[in-house]
Amino acid sequence: MRVERVISDENDSFPVGMRVLAVDDDPTCLLLLETLLTKCKYNVTTTSQAITALKMLRENKNKFDLVISDVHMPDMDGFKLLELVGLEMDLPVIMLSANGDTKLVMKGITHGACDYLLKPVRIEELQNIWQHVIRRKKFDRKDRNGSGSQDKPYIDSSEAAGLGNVDQNGKFNKKRKDQNEDEDEERDENGHDNEDLSTQKKPRVVWSVELHRKFVAAVNQLGIEKAVPKKILELMDVENLTRENVASHLQKFRLYLKRISCVANQQANMAAALGSVDSTHLRMGTMNGLGNFHTLAGTDQIHNAAFRSFQHSGVLRRLNTPSGVGISGLPSSGLVQLSPVQNLGNTSTNQSKLQSFVIPGNHNANILQGMPMSLEFDQLQNNRAASHVGQFPSVDNTTVLPVSSISASLIDAGCSSSPLLGVTSNSLLLEGSSQLPTLHARNLRDSVSGFPNRSTLSDFTSIAPASNQLHGSKADIQDQASPISCNAGKIISSAPQDWNAPKKDAPYQSNVPSCSINSLRAVNGDMAWLGQCLDQNNPIFNRNVGFDFVDPLSIKFSEGENLAMEPSVIEKEGYLMVQPSRQGSYIPDNEDENFAMEPSVIEKEGYLIVQPRRQGSYIPGNLGSLEDLASAITKQDHDKGKPTDGDFGYNDYSLRTCI
Amino acid sequence: MDVVNQLQRQFIDYSASLHREGFLDDQFTQLQKLQDDNSPDFVVEVASLFFEDCEKLINNMARALEQQQGVDFKQVDASVHQLKGSSSSIGAMRVKDVCIAFRSFCEAQNREGCLRCLQQVTHEYSLLKNKLQTLFRLQQQILAAGGSIPVVE
Repeated sequence: MRVERVISDENDSFPVGMRVLAVDDDPTCLLLLETLLTKCKYNVTTTSQAITALKMLRENKNKFDLVISDVHMPDMDGFKLLELVGLEMDLPVIMLSANGDTKLVMKGITHGACDYLLKPVRIEELQNIWQHVIRRKKFDRKDRNGSGSQDKPYIDSSEAAGLGNVDQNGKFNKKRKDQNEDEDEERDENGHDNEDLSTQKKPRVVWSVELHRKFVAAVNQLGIEKAVPKKILELMDVENLTRENVASHLQKFRLYLKRISCVANQQANMAAALGSVDSTHLRMGTMNGLGNFHTLAGTDQIHNAAFRSFQHSGVLRRLNTPSGVGISGLPSSGLVQLSPVQNLGNTSTNQSKLQSFVIPGNHNANILQGMPMSLEFDQLQNNRAASHVGQFPSVDNTTVLPVSSISASLIDAGCSSSPLLGVTSNSLLLEGSSQLPTLHARNLRDSVSGFPNRSTLSDFTSIAPASNQLHGSKADIQDQASPISCNAGKIISSAPQDWNAPKKDAPYQSNVPSCSINSLRAVNGDMAWLGQCLDQNNPIFNRNVGFDFVDPLSIKFSEGENLAMEPSVIEKEGYLMVQPSRQGSYIPDNEDENFAMEPSVIEKEGYLIVQPRRQGSYIPGNLGSLEDLASAITKQDHDKGKPTDGDFGYNDYSLRTCI
Repeated sequence: MDVVNQLQRQFIDYSASLHREGFLDDQFTQLQKLQDDNSPDFVVEVASLFFEDCEKLINNMARALEQQQGVDFKQVDASVHQLKGSSSSIGAMRVKDVCIAFRSFCEAQNREGCLRCLQQVTHEYSLLKNKLQTLFRLQQQILAAGGSIPVVE
């Protein structure tokens, strides 16, 4: 195995000096272990109590390279310690026991142990334990780099292969899986050469509850729009935390918020949004507009009204044009509310336009404005596949709605965070494929929760343009959807700070098509599509360009509840998203700056938003009333939402007609 | 010189017999190998720790088994498990073997069997302690006489 300079304090002499923490309540064994380890030239620290060990580890995550622990301990079960260490510190842990029962060994491995040694432990066995450290480091490194710069999912064994001689062992995968909740963020590792071991020294940041609280407090203090990593970092005042760590965490956080706010905003926003949709632009600049959409989602009437207010034709037209798209943030925010959109399905023509508006549930309200929602809206209303956001297709009346309705529906759908959803729905609308709706719903929801929909909005906006193009062509929609999702994703994932600027052209536009639909779908977890979106600069968006993304950041999502949720959600669930099933659309190479964050999004397993499939199911806990909405939407939407074959599956959606 | 050689021979013979009789196994040899200039008293230290621990565990087990109301076999088992671990770490083979038998009685919740095992463990422990103390004494004598401890393979 090629041993490179690795982590240890003595740079070139690893494994000499590798810092091991030995835990065993039996003093005899502990002394023996200490002596053996010292003989192997490791740097040993011992303790007879698991609690003390944890304390030591928590004090300084960088203090140790490896932990060896006995299984039977009076104060804490060895397996529990194993889990905690794996989750919090992500260090390799070796179990030690006098009992070599297969069941126990299996338990150890399933809990994440790198190895299971039997007592009496022999020196030969201990002489090899440093391998675990290298393996883990390498995988982590690859992992991070990969997600950031490559397309490969970090678990991809190909990465391991890249590690050279290091054996790719399942442990790595397991580690990742086990660490879904683990919020290691070594974004700064992105791009870092795997081989450059010097970076291996960088500790992985683990976002503990306290740390996250500090983060949230800082974000609140700054205001979500103004929350830029640098400032957050300053406010948090935590040592060993880099701007990149904060940036990636912020990204995830935004997704989370979006998801949450989406739901919350849907209702309220929908109404407002519909009313405020301005045909002239999709400038989603103001999330509020979109927010309205959210509210619209719930009510057909509202939608209709709102949409009607849109200058249908004008709006629609606008929607088609990039400028109209304003969806900019749609995807994420309220768009989810597209429930009305669901009905839209049909608003094929107009709706398509609407689609562009990404009904970012919360934030996207603005976006929708630009959309020719009016047309679709009616349709949307009719169709309202309530439950499923994406169901634009059914919208009979609201043709225009596409945008608004879509957004509404999207929003309804639950703002699920995925702004993309909004977008997708839009695009779907365009095509009339109902698929979008579903996606949207999900995405929106997800995205909403995940981020401050702002970003997604931009995505949507970009999508919107795309949607215009989609008109009539499902494919487009899908593409758009994807881009949207991508964009959204991008936006979200990309440096939050960037959200302010409508990224219209950015990520989404160019390539979005590919991304997303699948990504949208997948995005249930928001993240998923985000990542995808990110990657792909939705070309579609470009087309539309015109729209201004509502800067996701500007979109105020309902912070209240979202924030409340976050610790728990973000920490574990939020990030939990599974890997986006990037069905091909994920374009890891972040063409756009926004993508930069992508990997992180995807990487942290947690974040990856779940497949959008869950139409409306995503809404994280605090949805409250939105839940009703969402569930309603979801129900209807659900079936339609299922993306099939990797694209949005819009096929099912009635949206086809729309837009 | 003669004294040293004599002592060394005694030491070797005694060690061999302990191994032969199963009091000590290969693990003990490993321990002896670990002893070096950095940790000259390593083996003695480990052995002392073991004895202390052993006594504590035996007391725990006795107390648990004496409970008239109901023996907490889980607790007994935990103690036995630990004793098994430490005895195997030090190379106390006979003690370890008794522990293995002891554990199955615990699992079967056989109080009588456990008590018998406890007796055996106590017995083996005492024997081992004595023997090791003799061995260590020899070691000291060798060192005092200026010799070095021979490595027994």
